[in-house]
Amino acid sequence: MTVFIIRRLLQALLVVFMMSVIVFFGVNIVGDPVYMLVSPDADQADIEAAISRLGLDRPILEQYWLFLKGAAQGDLGDSFIFGEPALKLILHHMPATMELAFSALILAVVIGIPLGLYAGLYPDSRISKGIMAASIFGFSLPTFWVGLMLIMLFAVELQWVPATGRGDLGSFLGIQSSLFTLDGLSHIFLPALNLALLKISLAIRLTRAGVREAMGLDYVKYARAKGLSTRRIILVHVMKNIMIPVVTVMGLEFGSLIGFSVVTETIFAWPGMGKLLIDAILQLDRPVVVAYLMIIVLFFVLINLIVDILYSILDPRVRLQDQGA
Amino acid sequence: MRKFTAATAVAFGILAYGVGAASAEKLTIGLASEPTSLDPHFHNLGPNNAMSVHIFDRLIAQDEKQRLSPGLAVSWEPVDELTWEFKLREGVKFHDGSDFNADDVVCTMARAPDVPNSPSGYGTYLKGKEVIKIDDYTVHFKTAAPYPLMGNDISTIPVISELGCDSTTEDFNAGTAAIGTGPFKFQSYTPGESIVLVRNDEYWGDTPVWSEVEFRPITSGPSRVASLLAGDVDMISGVPTTDITTLKGNDDIQLSQGVSNRVIYLHMDQFRENSPFVKANGGGDIKNPLMDVRVRKAISMAISRDAIVDRVMEGVALPAGQLLPEGFFGVSDNLDVVAYDPEGAKALMAEAGYADGFEMTIHGPNDRYINDAKIVEAIAQMLTRVGIKTAVETMPRSVYFGRASKGSPEGLPEFSFILVGWGAGSGEASSPLKSLIHTYDKDAGFGSSNRGRHSDSETDALIEEALRTVDDAKRQDLLARATERAIENVAIIPTHFQVNTWAAKKGLSYIARTDEYTLATGVVKE
Amino acid sequence: MTDMTANPALNADKPAKVETPFQRFRAEFFESKIATGALIVFLIIVLLAVLAPWITPQNPYDLAQVSVMDGRLPPGSEAFDGYTMWLGSDGSGRDLYSAILYGLRISLTVGLASGVIALLIGMAIGLVAAYAGGRIEAIIMRIVDLQLSFPASLVALMMVAALGKGVDKIILALVIAQWAYYARTVRATALVERSKEYVEAAQCLGISRFRVVFRHILPNCMAPLIVVGTVQTASAISLEATLSFLGVGLPQTEPSIGVLIANGFEYMLSGRYWISVFPGLALLLTVVSINLVGDHLRDVLNPRLKK
Repeated sequence: MTVFIIRRLLQALLVVFMMSVIVFFGVNIVGDPVYMLVSPDADQADIEAAISRLGLDRPILEQYWLFLKGAAQGDLGDSFIFGEPALKLILHHMPATMELAFSALILAVVIGIPLGLYAGLYPDSRISKGIMAASIFGFSLPTFWVGLMLIMLFAVELQWVPATGRGDLGSFLGIQSSLFTLDGLSHIFLPALNLALLKISLAIRLTRAGVREAMGLDYVKYARAKGLSTRRIILVHVMKNIMIPVVTVMGLEFGSLIGFSVVTETIFAWPGMGKLLIDAILQLDRPVVVAYLMIIVLFFVLINLIVDILYSILDPRVRLQDQGA
Repeated sequence: MRKFTAATAVAFGILAYGVGAASAEKLTIGLASEPTSLDPHFHNLGPNNAMSVHIFDRLIAQDEKQRLSPGLAVSWEPVDELTWEFKLREGVKFHDGSDFNADDVVCTMARAPDVPNSPSGYGTYLKGKEVIKIDDYTVHFKTAAPYPLMGNDISTIPVISELGCDSTTEDFNAGTAAIGTGPFKFQSYTPGESIVLVRNDEYWGDTPVWSEVEFRPITSGPSRVASLLAGDVDMISGVPTTDITTLKGNDDIQLSQGVSNRVIYLHMDQFRENSPFVKANGGGDIKNPLMDVRVRKAISMAISRDAIVDRVMEGVALPAGQLLPEGFFGVSDNLDVVAYDPEGAKALMAEAGYADGFEMTIHGPNDRYINDAKIVEAIAQMLTRVGIKTAVETMPRSVYFGRASKGSPEGLPEFSFILVGWGAGSGEASSPLKSLIHTYDKDAGFGSSNRGRHSDSETDALIEEALRTVDDAKRQDLLARATERAIENVAIIPTHFQVNTWAAKKGLSYIARTDEYTLATGVVKE
Repeated sequence: MTDMTANPALNADKPAKVETPFQRFRAEFFESKIATGALIVFLIIVLLAVLAPWITPQNPYDLAQVSVMDGRLPPGSEAFDGYTMWLGSDGSGRDLYSAILYGLRISLTVGLASGVIALLIGMAIGLVAAYAGGRIEAIIMRIVDLQLSFPASLVALMMVAALGKGVDKIILALVIAQWAYYARTVRATALVERSKEYVEAAQCLGISRFRVVFRHILPNCMAPLIVVGTVQTASAISLEATLSFLGVGLPQTEPSIGVLIANGFEYMLSGRYWISVFPGLALLLTVVSINLVGDHLRDVLNPRLKK
């Protein structure tokens, strides 16, 4: 087990290293941040001074070496734009993104699984067909387009909830989050729903597929033959069988939610790290882009590691080893 | 992290309400672009400067038309050719209760050009100026040569307290060092989310109406408008031109508009015999036609500024015939907007030997100026219609400005024909003349943004003389003459001046500013 | 679209009757009216996109034909050059009907090109893994797993951040974001096939591994690859639209459908719904039709759901 974890972490480091090379050098080739940063009033000498202050006058290899040296000590460099440590900026924006992704995940599970269950149990009913059609739309509609539609409808026309921003923070068990205040909940509702749409569709489809498969399995047939009530069969036997894969996949989708939050955060002016990332990309704030990447890689590797370990605990047949599926 | 917890924020809020019991009114503003820091000397950038005006005063203030007026200095005048004397306001207190005096000015001027990690500092305005404290309320600024723009330069520098001079940018962002003399005090700053300021009841000038102001960055245009319509915010800056017509028809919304100091113009390659993006018809090499003033004139005549204003900008812009709109110091009274005359343009092209036209590419940014990519496309359409087959390439500013400044293999401007904008931060005509029109001269710091490398010794001489002339009337005349000559030679082609729009809920209106700043002090109740 | 574990056909063991004859497959596919309809819609869309230059009144990329004076006209208006703009025009004066068809060309090119290239690369890598086995296979699959643990949207975003804008670059970014899905699919099928008796028998007979991989494993991968391919192509098209919306996708002067929607996004509150709604419908129709086809293909090719 320990060997397994260490090997995984080493692999993660390798990935972080390779990605950092690509992005570090790539961002440098794309454009030059200096001309965006300097004031138009700056003359040639001022521009050169700014370039050297940001360390951009050094050869790119030397810049990268300095970055690696800093990274080894936990310093991922200072943002060109904010002048503060990139790591600090990202960690500061992280809670907002996490609560958004978390809320979206909850919505996806709460809405998606019951609908999927219904569609799986009564595959030929009209409602089921409607649910399935809606789920196709759910992952075909562009997120950004739906986002603005939601704002138009719920915030501008109906004025039920605010259009943008994050609400007041509340504190519960030492955790600060806008999920703990009414104002916060009213703010998070639209962005979370927007972000959840894709995942609701996914949950519906996964659950439906699982239910349909499970209903055909021998033990369910047997249970029926034994005269167990349909309710009991579904709730105990079918659900038990499908919940593990559904929940696992949804858990893994948490990462994709964080990825897609870039779009949602832009539309809803949600102060998370996705917005920070897209701004950093647009303004070539290389330290922030690279730092975001490194943090997110570590984050995903950790999630996967935890899932794998949990699996091995839950299911003794699964051995932890570095082989693919 | 560096944010007040909700509880302390509330406590502070109550405290603030208690003190400023006169009127407790909160204002929430949705900003189109977010300041990058609360350190007033960190980044010389519009949104940062606008934010710092709330907390920090300048020695000289700029009003909504960028005219200079007394700030922390009550007077400023040259005492000899090389020395300006500033008399400071007495009895002013910083937010922490300490007194403002000459020591604060001296240390401010030392810190402003030299902030670690600063991507663009204020050294530009303080270069070659020596600051000497004469007594507690008198300061001298000395220069090596006569310097008429002292007032304009000094009006850009936010004054901080001597105690803040050793503070880092992080200290300012955390609020501990964000101590100025301005009309508002720091309360909280959550990057990407909000900046909250409270009224400074001991302010030396007019006390603001608003007891608390919250600024919320909402960078997406439609989302910003939606936030206003939904009632999340009381006012927004940077109303997209596309929404202005609808908002005008909305009785619950009040629009405020004003022309800005920003001219949108075209730079043309005037220094390369073979310009990389100008080709003969069919793609062969051609001697750069843009070197011929007749061709440049023809291009100017082929552009319908009215069409740009009406169709692309939806009426929210002013056609431009020179570098700054009327009313600014140094503009010429003799220049009209070049009339749209496609036939005349074709005739001039024929006279210059290009009756069949030629091919070129226009480059422009697509996320920097209002509707920039659409303007570039419209200009290309108009030029194509007079025979200059114009292709369009737009790119994000992150890529554009670097390439436009030094993207060629030799480190020269890469493009042949570009669209750019220029906002005169100093609020007078020497700023664009010096940077855009004057011959590129690295050592003297002239022509730093002259990406077409236009060069005319007579214009240069006029500009340089103006920059030495302290007498206002004479300088005005020199600047106007330099502008006239530059336009005559078609050094650049101005197309329009941006007009900025703010929208507020009913009952509020904004005093539009030429510098595009969004200030809480400019929001008035009707 | 984001996770193939949703598809039991790819991960599960396959019963012996996996090689359904093409005819049977065809009959089963056309059994579903919805899927047939979707396929027809998709083919019409492709046809319209291919024929765009001949069936549109305007080439929206030729500035001599576009006039800013025509900007923001409502549907049914008459253009400066005399034709009717049935779907109205956008902010730059492009006839939306023409712009949508031309935009579809770009979007479909990006989606299909990235899909095909990713499929080929992923398939090659998956086959190499299956062919080589042992350590090489372990390493390749580890890389695949690692990549799959990141959302494709983030990988693509990072890639365009490093590569910059442009059709070629976005295709490259999408290929990098997607190849692993195909590699995993091929490998999964290979695992199943390898354990079958006939492969063992073939190996005993001394038939080369190379031959086994190409003659037996590859053909068996085609069905699941097609399913993954449709879903991934649809997702590539909407991912391109999303990236363009974020300002890091394609340039605005030659707009894909995504860029058209993104441009129209500015007009949503101004009442000029057509600038965004029509391209939005075009994108929706394209992606939904591909997804419906893919969805049904999955059902047809998954023997476990047969009654």
